[in-house]
Amino acid sequence: MAETLQNLALGFSVALGPQVLLYAFVGCVIGTLVGMLPGVGPLAGISLLLPATFGMNATTAIVLLAGIYYGAMYGGSTTSILMRIPGEAASVMTCIDGYAMTRKGRAGAALAIAAIGSYVAGTVSVVGLMFLAPPLASFALRFGPPEMFALMLLGLLVLAYMSGGSMAKSLAMAALGLLFGMIGIDPMTGFFRFHYGLVELGDGIGVVPVAVGLFGLSEILLTAGQATPPEVLKPRLRELLPSRQEWRDSVWPIGRGTVLGFLIGIIPGSAHIISSFVSYAVERRLSKHPERFGQGAVEGVAGPESANNSATSGAFVPMLALGVPSGPIPAVMMAAMMIHGISPGPLLITQQPELFWGFIASMYVGNVVLLILNLPMVGVFVNLLRIPYPILYPAILVFCVLGVYAVNGSVVDVWIMAVMGALGYLLRKFDFETAPIVLGLILAPMLEMSFRQSLAMSSGSYAIFVNRSIAAAMLLVGLGLLLLSLRPILIRGIDWRRRLGHEANPRLEEGNP
Amino acid sequence: MIGPDPAGWPTRYATIDRIGGLALVVLALGVVWEARTLPFGTLHNPGPGFAPTLLAVALGVFAILIIAVGGHSPPLSALTWGEGTHALAILGASAFAALILERLGYRLTMLLVLVFLLGVVERKRPLTVAALSIVLSFGSFYLFHNLLKVQLPRGPLGF
Repeated sequence: MAETLQNLALGFSVALGPQVLLYAFVGCVIGTLVGMLPGVGPLAGISLLLPATFGMNATTAIVLLAGIYYGAMYGGSTTSILMRIPGEAASVMTCIDGYAMTRKGRAGAALAIAAIGSYVAGTVSVVGLMFLAPPLASFALRFGPPEMFALMLLGLLVLAYMSGGSMAKSLAMAALGLLFGMIGIDPMTGFFRFHYGLVELGDGIGVVPVAVGLFGLSEILLTAGQATPPEVLKPRLRELLPSRQEWRDSVWPIGRGTVLGFLIGIIPGSAHIISSFVSYAVERRLSKHPERFGQGAVEGVAGPESANNSATSGAFVPMLALGVPSGPIPAVMMAAMMIHGISPGPLLITQQPELFWGFIASMYVGNVVLLILNLPMVGVFVNLLRIPYPILYPAILVFCVLGVYAVNGSVVDVWIMAVMGALGYLLRKFDFETAPIVLGLILAPMLEMSFRQSLAMSSGSYAIFVNRSIAAAMLLVGLGLLLLSLRPILIRGIDWRRRLGHEANPRLEEGNP
Repeated sequence: MIGPDPAGWPTRYATIDRIGGLALVVLALGVVWEARTLPFGTLHNPGPGFAPTLLAVALGVFAILIIAVGGHSPPLSALTWGEGTHALAILGASAFAALILERLGYRLTMLLVLVFLLGVVERKRPLTVAALSIVLSFGSFYLFHNLLKVQLPRGPLGF
């Protein structure tokens, strides 16, 4: 405990330095904007800003990118509440009761509860990250190639299991992502695979062009042809104070959302999205008046908003402690760290304490910055939503091309982005999830390497995966998930969200882009 | 993108899941065909062709599963392509940018892309198109290249 506090003091000495503080602020502002703009989620936002961090030192770069991530979580709630358009996917549940509150003249209170819930959840979950990551990292030092292989396989299976659609579709997308990760030079033999004469593919396909293509460009392709943006309701500052009853109704949902979000965040998958769905379902189930949900219940805003912010910190636990990203956003963050010469994993905390604890402390600072940004300045940010999409999307496209090109200074990456944009557009039209592709892409080289190293260690015997207890346990859990998923595959592609309360609000389905 | 199955389509063959699954089967077969030139190794000592082949087979198996249970998904005709023209134009603009970015330089390329999207696709007023195109292409270059020190290509005229 004393050691942790001492380390945290070291972290604050880094985070409160003027340069780091400035970049935390800039990251939070950009993140808020990114979260508010439909079509630019945190993943595309982080990917696009990645080249701008090349000139910075590693700590400021990571603080800036993390600021964009949790800033987007805050910003996403604004469009959900005021326009019923989720700025990013995790804010879908906030649309239901947040917009209903707006229609009842309680937009200010909904925004305030969302911001305060996000602040509490963000701050408390950083405490969890602070205490959980170091012991987990120590434990992970026992991991050899078989354990790493089992862990990554389990991560992909959990992601597929937790995703919204059928598991077969998610696993197919994960396999596709892993196949993309096979492109390039085989690290064990030096064999150049699937290069088609392009030397730029030697290091494989970059995660940035794939992420920007699948998430940013495909969203533009799907949205640009659609017309008539909805009306923007601008709240007045004096309306921002929730009533006493609204405070009372929000306290427990914020608490539950925080704990739920953090725990779900640790599990691989699109944690911040899933956590908000689960939190909404829990709040509705626990409520004495579930009929209020969908009609402007403040609990329906407080719970999901707290949960998705808490999950953001939770998602950093496996990335920082194990070096295994739990979803596409941590995967891009991890790629960013690698570009800056840092290898996330068990040794990060001991070898780079200033970076790790500076990052943790900057998250505390960032949450305060976001609370200040998101309450009094919400009226300023809302003006951005008045820009017509036909003007906005060409600008977003310019930044997509710029961001993707700048990572390696290669037009091959721009081509990859265009191809991935077309692929993402088609996959989303055909109701496939694209998040497993990004995770598969970044895990592929590590997964293949650990698999082949394991076999080399055991002279080709597959028994190594079952003889070592940690690896065997993880593979057993993965097998269990596969078996569990067989039932919905056989009876029909059951959407788990239907059971968690999404079906009670069909109007939301109609209104969502 | 697609709402829940309103029932009544289970007997149709061409559902979105089945067509999507079929496309993935074709892709998986293509990867297996391409991977044949890579040394496969053995089960106990895998070569560089082992993992791609295994993954392609896994993709094929999942795709067949999708086809098998995809009879209840909405029919292919339920897909609407209203935004298709816009999507093609934007994709074309992206491909154009990739093609000429290093030949013309960042600023001129983006200027042309923006003029095309704002003026031709979105039919905005010429003054708006000119102002936005110049500000965005030159402004983003100044912000990223000059202030943030991101390397961006210059064309033959220094743009």
